[in-house]
Amino acid sequence: MAIKESISNIQSLDTPPQSRRTLVHIAQVILRDPLALLSTIIIIVFFFVAVFAYQLAPFPEQGAGKSNPATAMLDPSPEHPIGTDRLGRDMLSRIIIASRPALVVPIVVVFLAVIIGAPLGAIAGYKGGWLDEVIMRITDLFLAFPFLLLAMSIATALGRGLDKAAIALIVSWWPWYTRLTRSIAASLSQRYFVMAARSIGVRDSVIILRHILPNCISPILVQATIDLGLVILAMGGLAFLGLGTQPPAPDWGLMVSDGRTFIFKQWWLSTYPGLAIFIVVLAFNLLGDTLRDVFDPRQYR
Amino acid sequence: MLMNLQKAEYILRRLLTSVFVLLGLTVITFFIARVVPSNAAALYIGPKARPEDIERVTKLLGLDKPLPVQYLVYMRDVLKGDWGTSISSKRPVLQEIASRFPATFELLCTAMIIAVATGIVVGVISAQWQGKWLDILVRAASIVGVSVPAFWLGLLLQILFFRNLNILPLSGRVDSDLRFTHPIMVTTGIYLIDAIIHQNWVALKDVCLHMILPALTLAAYPASLIARMTRATMLEVQSQDYIRTARAYGLKESFIVYILALKNAISPTLTVIGLTLAYALTGSFFVEIVFNWPGLGMFTVRSLLNLDYPAIMGITLFGAIGYVLINLLVDIVQTWIDPRISLS
Amino acid sequence: MRDPILRIEDLHIEFRTSRGVIHALQGVTFDVMPGEIFGVVGETGCGKTITGLSVLRLLPRSARITQGNIRFEGVDLLKISQREMRSIRGGKISIIFQDPSTSMNPLFTIGFQMNKVIREHLKFSREKARERALTMLAATGLPDVERIYDSYPHQLSGGMLQRAMIALALSCEHSLLIADEPTTALDVTIQSQILQLMRELQQKLGVAMILITHNLGVVANMCDRLVVLYAGRVVEIGESRSIFENPQHPYTRGLMSAIPAPGSRGNRLSAIPGNVPIDPGALKGCVFAPRCAFVMPRCLKESPVMFHLSKDHASTCFLAERGDLF
Repeated sequence: MAIKESISNIQSLDTPPQSRRTLVHIAQVILRDPLALLSTIIIIVFFFVAVFAYQLAPFPEQGAGKSNPATAMLDPSPEHPIGTDRLGRDMLSRIIIASRPALVVPIVVVFLAVIIGAPLGAIAGYKGGWLDEVIMRITDLFLAFPFLLLAMSIATALGRGLDKAAIALIVSWWPWYTRLTRSIAASLSQRYFVMAARSIGVRDSVIILRHILPNCISPILVQATIDLGLVILAMGGLAFLGLGTQPPAPDWGLMVSDGRTFIFKQWWLSTYPGLAIFIVVLAFNLLGDTLRDVFDPRQYR
Repeated sequence: MLMNLQKAEYILRRLLTSVFVLLGLTVITFFIARVVPSNAAALYIGPKARPEDIERVTKLLGLDKPLPVQYLVYMRDVLKGDWGTSISSKRPVLQEIASRFPATFELLCTAMIIAVATGIVVGVISAQWQGKWLDILVRAASIVGVSVPAFWLGLLLQILFFRNLNILPLSGRVDSDLRFTHPIMVTTGIYLIDAIIHQNWVALKDVCLHMILPALTLAAYPASLIARMTRATMLEVQSQDYIRTARAYGLKESFIVYILALKNAISPTLTVIGLTLAYALTGSFFVEIVFNWPGLGMFTVRSLLNLDYPAIMGITLFGAIGYVLINLLVDIVQTWIDPRISLS
Repeated sequence: MRDPILRIEDLHIEFRTSRGVIHALQGVTFDVMPGEIFGVVGETGCGKTITGLSVLRLLPRSARITQGNIRFEGVDLLKISQREMRSIRGGKISIIFQDPSTSMNPLFTIGFQMNKVIREHLKFSREKARERALTMLAATGLPDVERIYDSYPHQLSGGMLQRAMIALALSCEHSLLIADEPTTALDVTIQSQILQLMRELQQKLGVAMILITHNLGVVANMCDRLVVLYAGRVVEIGESRSIFENPQHPYTRGLMSAIPAPGSRGNRLSAIPGNVPIDPGALKGCVFAPRCAFVMPRCLKESPVMFHLSKDHASTCFLAERGDLF
């Protein structure tokens, strides 16, 4: 009883960050800031297009890769609003279908990178000592590579394909989350509510699960939002280099690369897929910026 | 005196860490090169591998031996400078890299100089005009800059400046006619310097013109990131007590901003500069492809296309070593700016 | 009688925040005479620091002076140009902040920072400014001044830094020194040394000093006169001795009984219940009424005005007017 009381006293002195009303708060901030609102709308549209891609695309089969030589290299027309490519496929359909991998892959990559990276960072930051040292030195090694270079060589070693590229991206991405989570966990472990839990003998695993990780969620969420955009960018880059998505499957980066030869006559072949990447990445960056202002994870750095 | 000793000790310690990082880094490249692929030997010979070749290479690389031994073999080769033989050109990989590096280096340096200069200037101005339209413009531009894919931006610039305006060359390092009219004597491999050394002014102008678009494309991302970082740190620094002290003692506003505050803001910005160099390095691959720039990026892409595995692994190792050295350099430069760093 | 060196009259300051306007100062008035030590006392959030900063026009962007004026040596500081203000800052009036470890720029040596200020205001050459800085550092009792001159702030202890800060604050023949909680961030053992040093130098150089503090004990030892601020208003003002012997406001009395005195072991220290209101502008009547032990119905309805007990002692409390307190 006495212990409980003293714990609650300590908690009132130093309450852990609450996330109950943050969703409402985020919504308020987004509604107030026109740019944040715009970026949220873009992202929602992007999700919508990706989910209903086959319903929305005028020529879903061509979009997925079926060539149609009779209509090769058509200029924009009412039937093909942004023309057709070298193999006669409707460009608009290709861009719409390609939104699916552009949505799924970044989500998978970021999600798995968080799943791998965050617990390691929480353990390192909370436990400290040799375990911290080992985990952080390993992440340092991964971070010692220019990110895309590492992803590129892993993707090459694994062989071509979208799944291989995704694995390569995860392997080179998780250390960022380890580092982020570690810095938060390290500062949290010095806070009274964590020390209090430790002082009454709560197990470390419980502290990490109940106190450390939940308090890392907001900054990780902010980072993940920005990273979704960055993964789309990186994926486009890998595809542009011929890693990642393999033809005839559609991919924005690949389409930019394919259209490059015709850049001066059929400029739309490269321009529109690139524009798709740009707009989606921009939207994620803008939203990430807004969220960062809300949570201000700076305090942990 | 005491300071210098501390500084020397710090730099020494930092050098030592870098050696360890480089060692650890080779473990990763070793794994990617030899362990991850299901049949590394076959990859090393290329698509036309015959069974007897594979056997020979397996022996040569020690792929039949336990992993630690394999790693030692790998390290021995790396240190000897034997980074394998390019499948497509049959020349040693390190030699291939060395011959292409100057072109990439020239592009990278030009882009980074542009990026650092504009990034810092724009960031400072933006912070000074916080909340005003200029600041909003800079923030918008910088978020566009970090969102735009380099390979796409390059294409857009080509369409605009070559196709529509026709004021800048499309691609390459120099005009193809220049080889006959004003050939560049290659001393350093960096054309800008070579042209100056040999006072080849016609070539210099041509080299500069060819440099503009690729350098701008490559600079967009680092410049934006540096501008954002500079702006953020300048704002933070200006809210610090010591800036209030400087104001309270009647120092000139320009001195406070451009000397006192900026020096404090530069240190975190330097870290970002090191980071953006990594982006710029990989970014240069895309820019080189788009602008037909005969550097490491073109080499990488050709190697990827031909499944030239030894070449790709060589480039990875080279890029990683370069990046570690750059970060080391950044840290050493930082000790000059911030005397507290050598204590940590 | 001499003219005051600083006269603050009916000063009102507002903060515009996202949650509305906060009235930080509401009609603060006091004079500082040449060569005296004048105390500004109150709890955190009473407007002490804001008062100090407003003299140098260093208020944060969100703050506005809405009424009143500040006269320094006869000049209205709120009317002069930015350029004139700059020559007064550090040239005529200097300031010492609470935390010496954050108020010096970490990336420049102590010498560089002092040198720059001296050259700015006294128009000295670099060498002469250096000599001046070394003399001032030595005057604050610092040893090995040449080494300290070339040191970075992180290489010195808090006490040494505050001495260096004092050296800077007195280096340009200033006539007014504002010390904003100059010892709060320091170790207790060093606090009294620093205070003593400040008084010595203040007397030697004949500078007027405004000592801003929440610590009445410090004020009792140092100040000739003082003002007690509560929630942005003057609650009591006058000669320190008079106020200490005969406090005429319940708030002052509360502050005084919160000081532990030697020999008072076993007696419970009394605290003033409650907190300083965040926006006192919203309150009707006496601002201290919600926390006052002697509150009367009248206090909730009307604001008390300044009541003069003598030439050198005034209080804004109805009880003081009636002479009923204590």
